[in-house]
Amino acid sequence: MNAPSLPGPLNDNPRLDLWVSFPAPGKVVVNTGRVELGQGVLTAMAQIAADELDVAVARVTVRSGVTDGMPNEGYTAGSQSIQFGGLAMGQACADVRALFIARAAKILACATDELGVRDGAIFRNGAATGQDYWTLAPAIDLSVNASGLARRKASADLRFVGQSSARTDLPGKLFGDGVFIHDMKLAGMKHARVVRQPNKGAAIGTIDEASIRRAAKGAIEFVRSGDFLAIVGNNETAVELAGAASVNHVSWTHVETPTPLQQEANWLLQRPVVDRLLGPPEPSDAQGRQRFEATYSRGYLAHASISPSCGLAQYKDDHLTVWTHCQGVFPLRGALARMLKLKPDAITVHHVQGSGCYGHNGADDAAADAAVVAMQMPGTPIRIRWRREEEFIYEPKSPAMLVKVRALVDSAGKPADWTAEIWSGNHNGRPGGGNALLAGYALPDQEPLPQANEVPEAAGGGATRNADPLYDIASKRIIHHMVTETPVRVSALRGLGAMPNVFALECAIDELAERAAIDPVAYRLSITTDMRARAVIEKVAAMANWQANAPRGNGAGRGIAFARYKNRAAYSAVVVDLEVDEEIRLRHIWCATDGGLIVNPDGAINQLEGGVIQSASWVLKEQVRLDNGTASFDWDSYPVLKFSEVPPIDVALINPTSSDMPLGVGEATAGPTAAAIGNAVSHALGIRLRDLPLTRERIMAALLKD
Amino acid sequence: MATFQFSVNGRPASVALDNEDTPLLDVLRNELGLMGTRFGCGLEQCGCCMVLIDGAPEKCCAKPVSSIAGKNVTTIEGLGTPDAPHPLQQAFLDEQAGQCGYCLSGILIAAKALLAANPSPTRAEIALALDGNICRCGSHNRILRAVEKAAAVMRGA
Ligand code: FES
Ligand code: FES
Repeated sequence: MNAPSLPGPLNDNPRLDLWVSFPAPGKVVVNTGRVELGQGVLTAMAQIAADELDVAVARVTVRSGVTDGMPNEGYTAGSQSIQFGGLAMGQACADVRALFIARAAKILACATDELGVRDGAIFRNGAATGQDYWTLAPAIDLSVNASGLARRKASADLRFVGQSSARTDLPGKLFGDGVFIHDMKLAGMKHARVVRQPNKGAAIGTIDEASIRRAAKGAIEFVRSGDFLAIVGNNETAVELAGAASVNHVSWTHVETPTPLQQEANWLLQRPVVDRLLGPPEPSDAQGRQRFEATYSRGYLAHASISPSCGLAQYKDDHLTVWTHCQGVFPLRGALARMLKLKPDAITVHHVQGSGCYGHNGADDAAADAAVVAMQMPGTPIRIRWRREEEFIYEPKSPAMLVKVRALVDSAGKPADWTAEIWSGNHNGRPGGGNALLAGYALPDQEPLPQANEVPEAAGGGATRNADPLYDIASKRIIHHMVTETPVRVSALRGLGAMPNVFALECAIDELAERAAIDPVAYRLSITTDMRARAVIEKVAAMANWQANAPRGNGAGRGIAFARYKNRAAYSAVVVDLEVDEEIRLRHIWCATDGGLIVNPDGAINQLEGGVIQSASWVLKEQVRLDNGTASFDWDSYPVLKFSEVPPIDVALINPTSSDMPLGVGEATAGPTAAAIGNAVSHALGIRLRDLPLTRERIMAALLKD
Repeated sequence: MATFQFSVNGRPASVALDNEDTPLLDVLRNELGLMGTRFGCGLEQCGCCMVLIDGAPEKCCAKPVSSIAGKNVTTIEGLGTPDAPHPLQQAFLDEQAGQCGYCLSGILIAAKALLAANPSPTRAEIALALDGNICRCGSHNRILRAVEKAAAVMRGA
């Protein structure tokens, strides 16, 4: 018999003792390579493990995010934690359970199918045997590889998966415990702030140490390596003041000064690009079909995590220990090893919770900053916390994107040929893979990095993510122009290219429906045979009591949009009600999502709501401004949606107890929400706005032009 | 070095500092070891650092400690404990109101101040009272529901 194939992360980390252990009577510890980012992943992993091991969920402790003795699952990103990490966890636990059953059968001299497990105790034909996981554990070697042979629980037998489970990480956050990396205190710890190199290639000119010391109002010292300069001291207030003052008291040469022109997506059109064609060439002849063409765009976005990034590090006895809130402790270790010229096994990286990151924010860079300073001050633990403006200016941004949609429309008004032509920077600026940690640009003697690559299509693509419509269209293609140099550093933000691509595609679909004089819901249903897609569209329309052909242009609007994230994860459809005069006021949002089997329904709904709200914020308010540098540097210059601007949101999960594979939901709503808002605004105004964000200025300009 | 005395969560506190402009937030976190009040911006823009000063909700990230001498400060640690949660904390647990949770200390404090002034706020009034607090994770609606629920419990409804 062929060995079954193991789920990816288990295949990469097959030893069972990396995943499961029984450290003390009544206790189970499971390890996951995924980290808690506020998305509730540790709670969901405990539910999965409890079901496969047949133990109460309260017995399970989930450990995560250390580079020693744990599975390496790369990054916690892309809504893949449950889809792939959960699958691996489940199989590892099922295999462990099978080993224990086999061992018990031997001791009890019976067949394995006579045995069952109840809360960790072994039962034979329903009768207690006196054996349990903990009596058997000493004799069982878990340092063996997973076989993948153990059968997973049938969905009908799941007791914890599918039940809303209270988040295990929430209480500490409500009682003010020191649960965040920012709250860590190590004995003898010093605080530090970096005097940031304004851009790659900038060099330190002069340093007015006296003025910086005066501003600090307390003792500080300077640590320098090449163009990496840090301020260190015992008193955090003093180093914070010095850090702020240093902006004015350290001069730099070779400073780049991006302009407002560069902040707009259409600036990308004139830049050097690497081109790809995915799909058949575009037909030159419309063959009697009507042409449709429209251009959509979005500016640069910030992750704008509520807390600036923080990192701690200590170099002691030739070993570097780093604490970080980044999304991938193993990739960070690799990047640190290269930057600091250490062997990876001379570095241990621990994940500690930070505030929500939604992608690649400043976390990795702050950890690297702390590591650089710690290497220069052996023995002393160093804590760095970025300043607010530092986070806004230096975190990697989500690239601006410009998307041209061209369609050939048949006599029934349906698209028969579809082209999405995309200009975008790279969505894959994570450390490793050709990208330096920020400190690495300032340090001397760094090895040149290979050319950075966009996220491959096999992983869902970056700029091309969701550019391919799921609808039944005979011929489709993507033309991708990867812009190789952008005015700001760019990388991954929640959904990568999915939001701008779904905005373009789903607004274009609405424009085609309007041309064909068909209601947008009916139009979408007429071009999709995918049953799960139809189900979310029909469900959300019913939730919102969708009325076909509601009048346009009276200031109140309603829009719908749909996408299947990455065309392979969760299906989501969104309806938005809003009003527009000079500004947009959201009135109500409905969302229907099919994410297959849902491990923690309330947790999934929380993620979906969060995705809707964040996308609404992007669409209504957010764009990174450039003016002689990054001009979005605080919450006034980069506003986000406020409590009084958030509408009621209803979320429905479709078939959450189905036997369909669980699909990540964290990023599923970003695209559909953006496009549903765009479609609702067009419905309200009778004019189409195609450039995000939909600011007051843009609305006024469109109204005046009309 | 100057010494400042005030009270925190009903207990007297005394700190000696070189810099009398040290923000109250730094004093709470670094001198008194109270980590529940969070740093978000240092610019009085985000609300992560909210505490009650003589009962009034205030952002304390830029408030010199010298300005609160003799006053009563209430932080998140002064609200309730896991064994005896404040009705707001219980309601946030019940509604699973929060994702990363970094904003929650400040929001709980702002909500406590609101309910003290207005025991029966409408949802719109709650939202307005929380407009000085940013939540980037999008937990807004759960938070609004939780505050409504706590208000009802505190009214004895
Ligand atoms: S940290 Fe005080 S308002 Fe942001
Ligand atoms: S829960 Fe993360 S900022 Fe509010």
